Amino acid sequence: MEKFTRISAIAAPLVRENIDTDIIIPSREMKRVSKKGLSNGLFAGWRYSDMEARTPDPEFILNNPAYLGTQILVVGKNFGCGSSREHAVWALAEYGIRTIVAPSFSAIFRSNCIQNGVLPIAVANSEVLRLAEQAIGGSNGIFTVDLLAQEILLPDGEKLAFEISKQDRQTLLDGLDPIDRTLQLSDQISAFEASRFAAHPWVSLQVKP
Amino acid sequence: MAKTLFDKLWDAHVVTELGDDSALLYIDRVFIHERTGSVALKALQESGRKVRFPANAFGTMDHIVDTIDGRDDNTIMPSGREFIEAMREGCEWAGIRLFDINDSDQGIVHVISPEQGIVLPGLSLVCPDSHTCSQGAFGALAWGIGSTEAEHALATSTLRVSKPKTMRIKVNGTLDPSLTAKDVIMHIIGELGAAGGSGYAIEFCGSVIDSMDMEARMTLCNMGVELSAFTAMIAPDDKTIQFLKGRPYAPSGKNWDDALQEWQALKSCDGANFDEEIEVDISALQETVTWGTSPEHALPISGVIPTPNSESMRKALDYIGLEAGATIRGTKIDGAFIGSCTNGRLSDLRRAAAILKGQHVAPGVKAICVPGSMAVKAAAEAEGLDRIFKEAGFEWRLPGCSMCFFAGGESFGHKARVVSTTNRNFENRQGPRTRSHLASPATVAASAVMGRIASMSEVEAKTPNELASAKAS
Repeated sequence: MEKFTRISAIAAPLVRENIDTDIIIPSREMKRVSKKGLSNGLFAGWRYSDMEARTPDPEFILNNPAYLGTQILVVGKNFGCGSSREHAVWALAEYGIRTIVAPSFSAIFRSNCIQNGVLPIAVANSEVLRLAEQAIGGSNGIFTVDLLAQEILLPDGEKLAFEISKQDRQTLLDGLDPIDRTLQLSDQISAFEASRFAAHPWVSLQVKP
Repeated sequence: MAKTLFDKLWDAHVVTELGDDSALLYIDRVFIHERTGSVALKALQESGRKVRFPANAFGTMDHIVDTIDGRDDNTIMPSGREFIEAMREGCEWAGIRLFDINDSDQGIVHVISPEQGIVLPGLSLVCPDSHTCSQGAFGALAWGIGSTEAEHALATSTLRVSKPKTMRIKVNGTLDPSLTAKDVIMHIIGELGAAGGSGYAIEFCGSVIDSMDMEARMTLCNMGVELSAFTAMIAPDDKTIQFLKGRPYAPSGKNWDDALQEWQALKSCDGANFDEEIEVDISALQETVTWGTSPEHALPISGVIPTPNSESMRKALDYIGLEAGATIRGTKIDGAFIGSCTNGRLSDLRRAAAILKGQHVAPGVKAICVPGSMAVKAAAEAEGLDRIFKEAGFEWRLPGCSMCFFAGGESFGHKARVVSTTNRNFENRQGPRTRSHLASPATVAASAVMGRIASMSEVEAKTPNELASAKAS
């Protein structure tokens, strides 16, 4: 997993509410049993005026040359709602998105971001609108997202602090696989499990009752 | 301290605290399906890890499999075979019980898990599928995760979880017998908004919930995720116990008796503190239907499409191709779909069949019914429901998620307007540019017969002309 410490990049404003994971990556774009090869289908329904022919829709923000190289999305509330498909985050990450700023995220999407080195930042709606305004014009404005300092440096020189849990912050900073970290707790897990099965034998289906 | 049901479930699974209100939770059951589970199994294999406790893990084929007769590993969806084969090989490798394509117990994960007694009160259960909250109806801590977290749960029997806040939604009033849990939950989502449950584990309670059977409770909890909630749940009661008794993976003998003792305590204590408490009155509830592209765009069937007050609403109206100020009732439709983890159970099919009996779908309407599981299908056929659907002009399919979403195979068509018992009316969800309207099974059946978004009562009151034209088709 790619570490996240600090990035400087342009941002794209896409301030619509309830952008669901079907919009981020339509079902039909999930063609392989793989975490890769998904960026081409990112936002396919909005990005292409003809999805089959892959004709870019010039109205869609990420097709505007001014936003080439965008690593930050500034979006409306409840981003990533709907299907749990992690393909949404895989597609965003492969496209180059490292940070998403929103008033709120769906819980599953947010967890999926943390698992894949993408930083989800939740701030007040008014702050999202302030960021979106400065993101207009794309390449004119560079944002710096600093996870160590937990702040965003805006193009106008202002700073915006954000909150993130210690657990998630550490996962992103280390870039370590959470499974490896958890496997180090194997003894504790086995002890917990043994006492759970002893008190509630029906939890284990090892030997069918 | 007086605990909520959620607190009790959470506390019973904490292996160790991780600080910041996060904990390592023990996971009692993992369920996976071929779309998001296959990739998790493949990644586990590639990383050289194992499934830690395969006896407590299950798999099903529901998302990509065809639902037409004579189905096999080849799918209408291009490359679907790859998912099916990877799932089958992965489950064999891991030693996971798989409900394969033609297994007599195959079906949609959230339909078969309760049928099999795999979900039980007091258990933690995860699945890389957002509608896992359906299974909270049994007083379990059941929630949807991504594929990487599914890998984590399979490899370690645990998950690292940030503790959500708690919300209690009390549903007051009396549910008219003609209305359903689907109307109730769509109404609630319309009131609270699609982000109304964001950050919360929701417990539903109140006299309306008490009176619901287990299938209705599953429909209610199913759409908890459409409030963006972490999960939803209902405290177990006698109905829960009666439903589970004798199911294949439910405890039996002394274990059953011991389990019953424990399950009695699985409810929020008097005076337990919730972070948010909401009361909803459903006395004036009507059949409910959506007008736009989010489940929050819900309207009573007599309602009028609202005037947009935001860019999001304008885009929704533009996509759905309707005018503000128009009545939703009477909107002409091209398709009708009955099925899914929301409304693919026996009671759902019975309600639809009650409307369809002696009727026929309107000319030009493509109508499909997909039972949620092989068991639902068999039970429906034993009652003759399949004949009612077929005689009414519905296709009668094999179990699966089917056209709840478009995976590249079947679709209702470009700009086709579909009334559907599913859970998501998102843009392009049921096909490229397809327009979806969510409703209950009875409302979908009535709309199919009338050829327009219609109330159940309109089927009874059909004009002679309409009857003649339906017979002629």
